[in-house]
Amino acid sequence: METAPKPGRDVPPKKDKLQTKRKKPRRYWEEETVPTTDGASPGPPCNKKNRELRPQRPKNAHILKKSRISKQPQVPKKPREWKNPESQRSLSGAGLGSSPLPRSKAKTRSRLEVAEAEEEETSIKAARSELLLAEEPGFLEGEDGEDTAKICQADIVEAVDIASAAKHFDLNLRQFGPYRLNYSRTGRHLAFGGRRGHVAALDWVTKKLMCEINVMEAVRDIRFLHSEALLAVAQNRWLHIYDNQGIELHCIRRCDRVTRLEFLPFHFLLATASETGFLTYLDVSVGKIVAALNARAGRLDVMSQNPYNAVIHLGHSNGTVSLWSPAMKEPLAKILCHRGGVRAVAVDSTGTYMATSGLDHQLKIFDLRGTYQPLSTRTLPHGAGHLAFSQRGLLVAGMGDVVNIWAGQGKGSPPSLEQPYLTHRLSGPVHGLQFCPFEDVLGVGHSGGVTSMLVPGAGEPNFDGLESNPYRSRKQRQEWEVKALLEKVPAELICLDPRALAEVDVISLEQGKKERIERLGYDPEAKAPFQPKPKQKGRSSTASLVKRKRKVMDEEHRDKVRQSLQLQQQQQQKEAKAKSTGARPSALDRFVR
Amino acid sequence: MKVKMLSRNPDNYVRETKLDLQRVPRNYDPTLHPFEVPREYVRALNATKLERVFAKPFLASLDGHRDGVNCLAKHPKNLATILSGACDGEVRIWNLTQRNCIRTIQAHEGFVRGICTRFCGTSFFTVGDDKTVKQWKMDGPGYGEEEEPLHTILGKTVYTGIDHHWKEAVFATCGQQVDIWDEQRTNPICSMTWGFDSISSVKFNPVETFLLGSCASDRNIVLYDMRQATPLKKVILDMRTNTICWNPMEAFIFTAANEDYNLYTFDMRALDTPVMVHMDHVSAVLDVDYSPTGKEFVSASFDKSIRIFPVDKSRSREVYHTKRMQHVICVKWTSDSKYIMCGSDEMNIRLWKANASEKLGVLTSREKAAKDYNQKLKEKFQHYPHIKRIARHRHLPKSIYSQIQEQRIMKEARRRKEVNRIKHSKPGSVPIVSEKKKHIVAVVK
Repeated sequence: METAPKPGRDVPPKKDKLQTKRKKPRRYWEEETVPTTDGASPGPPCNKKNRELRPQRPKNAHILKKSRISKQPQVPKKPREWKNPESQRSLSGAGLGSSPLPRSKAKTRSRLEVAEAEEEETSIKAARSELLLAEEPGFLEGEDGEDTAKICQADIVEAVDIASAAKHFDLNLRQFGPYRLNYSRTGRHLAFGGRRGHVAALDWVTKKLMCEINVMEAVRDIRFLHSEALLAVAQNRWLHIYDNQGIELHCIRRCDRVTRLEFLPFHFLLATASETGFLTYLDVSVGKIVAALNARAGRLDVMSQNPYNAVIHLGHSNGTVSLWSPAMKEPLAKILCHRGGVRAVAVDSTGTYMATSGLDHQLKIFDLRGTYQPLSTRTLPHGAGHLAFSQRGLLVAGMGDVVNIWAGQGKGSPPSLEQPYLTHRLSGPVHGLQFCPFEDVLGVGHSGGVTSMLVPGAGEPNFDGLESNPYRSRKQRQEWEVKALLEKVPAELICLDPRALAEVDVISLEQGKKERIERLGYDPEAKAPFQPKPKQKGRSSTASLVKRKRKVMDEEHRDKVRQSLQLQQQQQQKEAKAKSTGARPSALDRFVR
Repeated sequence: MKVKMLSRNPDNYVRETKLDLQRVPRNYDPTLHPFEVPREYVRALNATKLERVFAKPFLASLDGHRDGVNCLAKHPKNLATILSGACDGEVRIWNLTQRNCIRTIQAHEGFVRGICTRFCGTSFFTVGDDKTVKQWKMDGPGYGEEEEPLHTILGKTVYTGIDHHWKEAVFATCGQQVDIWDEQRTNPICSMTWGFDSISSVKFNPVETFLLGSCASDRNIVLYDMRQATPLKKVILDMRTNTICWNPMEAFIFTAANEDYNLYTFDMRALDTPVMVHMDHVSAVLDVDYSPTGKEFVSASFDKSIRIFPVDKSRSREVYHTKRMQHVICVKWTSDSKYIMCGSDEMNIRLWKANASEKLGVLTSREKAAKDYNQKLKEKFQHYPHIKRIARHRHLPKSIYSQIQEQRIMKEARRRKEVNRIKHSKPGSVPIVSEKKKHIVAVVK
């Protein structure tokens, strides 16, 4: 900066001494004197184990059709990147905001460094807090050679403790037809609705019935809203909302002929897919319809949500799965998954994998991190009609009256489709499936009623008391409700990458810079041309001054030439590649323009 | 077959009795806390809105003066005591906690031009239009005694300002010249002049205590070293500087309140370019005072408002005004850095919070934690357009608002003319002068 301090010549010698004795404090305007060895300082010790546990870091980029892994920011390792302030935007965690960076670069840089270091430290701390987790996940292992899929529920019930054994039950409700079911977010309550109009909600752990009604109409789907006090039921004509006493609170006529329901808990949106082909988002906190999107793909009856980014996945009869957000009239992405129509879609809790099954009897697992390529495929004898992921990544498929569960290597890995982990045969064809959150339990709705199955290792053992607490009291629930409503995420923020908001908005930054230059008539940040300082004691002749100036200019020129050469080379390589893949040159090519 | 099911003991998760606190187990696994960024953004938005809702900075108005308040002084040892001098020669001492006047002195005939306290807090000095310097005891007279100054110095010319040395029994006055006085003597130790114009204020440097700065009506700011007989250097600006204030934490830095609506922060070692030009006022700036942290300062203006500027920003972060407040003559930031006092034309002294939305009183630990968390969130998301708009919005009186618009148009026109001139002349023949350099006429040593 131009205001770099010069040592005052007028200051009396006494004071001068004083100054030299004291260590010279660094002032905020002394930007030139700050040593530019930003990257040279070694980062905090990089414990590999801790690095793996960093929250959300590897989930940064959901960019279409690009390999995500190569884009991962590794800022602390690359000091070179810091030199160029424009490349700092890869620091998504620093939360710099989507507006232009402040103009003082050195200060911004140091602030960013501090933020980065802080983030590193907190992530290490958060990872370390894993020691404090009290519960261990469940598991099921066969003796050597024994196939766990052959172990039947009765054996498991016999082997486990009484409290866990009580979680296995069968509700025999044969006369009200196939059932859909839904667990509340805390995993404490269960609601189910039968095709013949039977709707019931109960605290399934204590087996206390909250309400039981008959709506005298076909029930297509049932879903808890943000808490167990509200219940959305998709009935034959309209969407109805009941409270936990079974009293009808609302009848929403704008959502008619709804086939599937999904609730986005952080946005307070109830997404409904209808027979008429509309995907409608209803904001249940204010009762307004946020968006009604026409999928233009006929009747919609396959829907699921991505819990990581609140994007709705719709399966269509032409074999595609489309991804929707209320902010866009068009789908965010369309994935061709199957030869026939799509029968079921499920997305795991980390938002990394999507399982689909189609009329072509295939079950596929897709990678959702940008590539949208199938990771594994398996052909099932009858095809799966219903799919669901558990919190720890188990995949369940309902095929006729059989339920198959596949497990992966652990949390965050895709389920391997070779060997089923568990199988179970029910008394009727499956109509609804859901793993109970925070429990090792799978709820299955079928034509013979509702079955609660034991699946060891399905549920997340350690819940977060402030997020969803199965043991919360009424007071705690009320408090949570207020807080959740206060931080309701606006529907416009739903996009493929939920961290996109934390990226620096480079486009508007550059736009602003351009506008500023236009407004001022010159570039205020342009580098001043090199002006050699005269050397001391008469050694600086004009000729040598000019020579030095020439030297610097030549250096700059050489840099430019080097860059353009590199660019040319790259282009040539690209062209060569394009040529080599193309067909052989023909004589007729000369006529091509 | 080996099997283990997830089986929690409810006793570990539910409180035993109603007198216990609820148990809240935590798990920081990011998959259990999705939408981290959007949720934090919404929280930051709410925090910013609440900050604006709770922004009620005005605390009290101290009335009692019978003429405009011309000068203010802080007690160096007592946070609750302030002193004020009025245009009718009256000096009042106030108690801020009780918000009343505890002592009234008819000190001068005509204006009280300047007031300053001694560093020990036992006495204070006033100068007035009657060409006298008077020293007063801080405590009132005993029963039956008369209110009389400790010392009175009769001068030859009018004194316009006074400031006391921060460590020694020396004070400086200004008028036709800058005089440095020993408290024990009736004649100045030395008198310093540079040019022939009246000097409006003089200020001692609180860190390098031998240094002092003054500003005169011939548009210059002069720096002196008390140990030398002659001034150090001066800088001449476009327009007159009303007063200066030294940064209490950074010895070289001072801020000048100028008639051209701007404030200039200078580094005294490089006076040819100010470190920062602070512009937001729409009329002459009359007074300036630093916060004790040295990070911010407050300025009083003729446009009936006071503004708070961060030292390193050119725009103000806060503006305070009320319907009844007229031209603000003097302003002070209290020594605990929490409050601001301003004295204005219409005889009142007003007390403001330095941080408009701050909650006064004792905070519980939860309140404090929530405040810190919200502060951090606001900081993190401050550049987002929606949040920035809410945080920056201030209601302004119509006069100031229309003046700002008008000045914006004028500035734009001037800039356009300059751009056109550059565009249509030979490249390099019209120099591009930065905003900082524009207002400096010359530096003389």
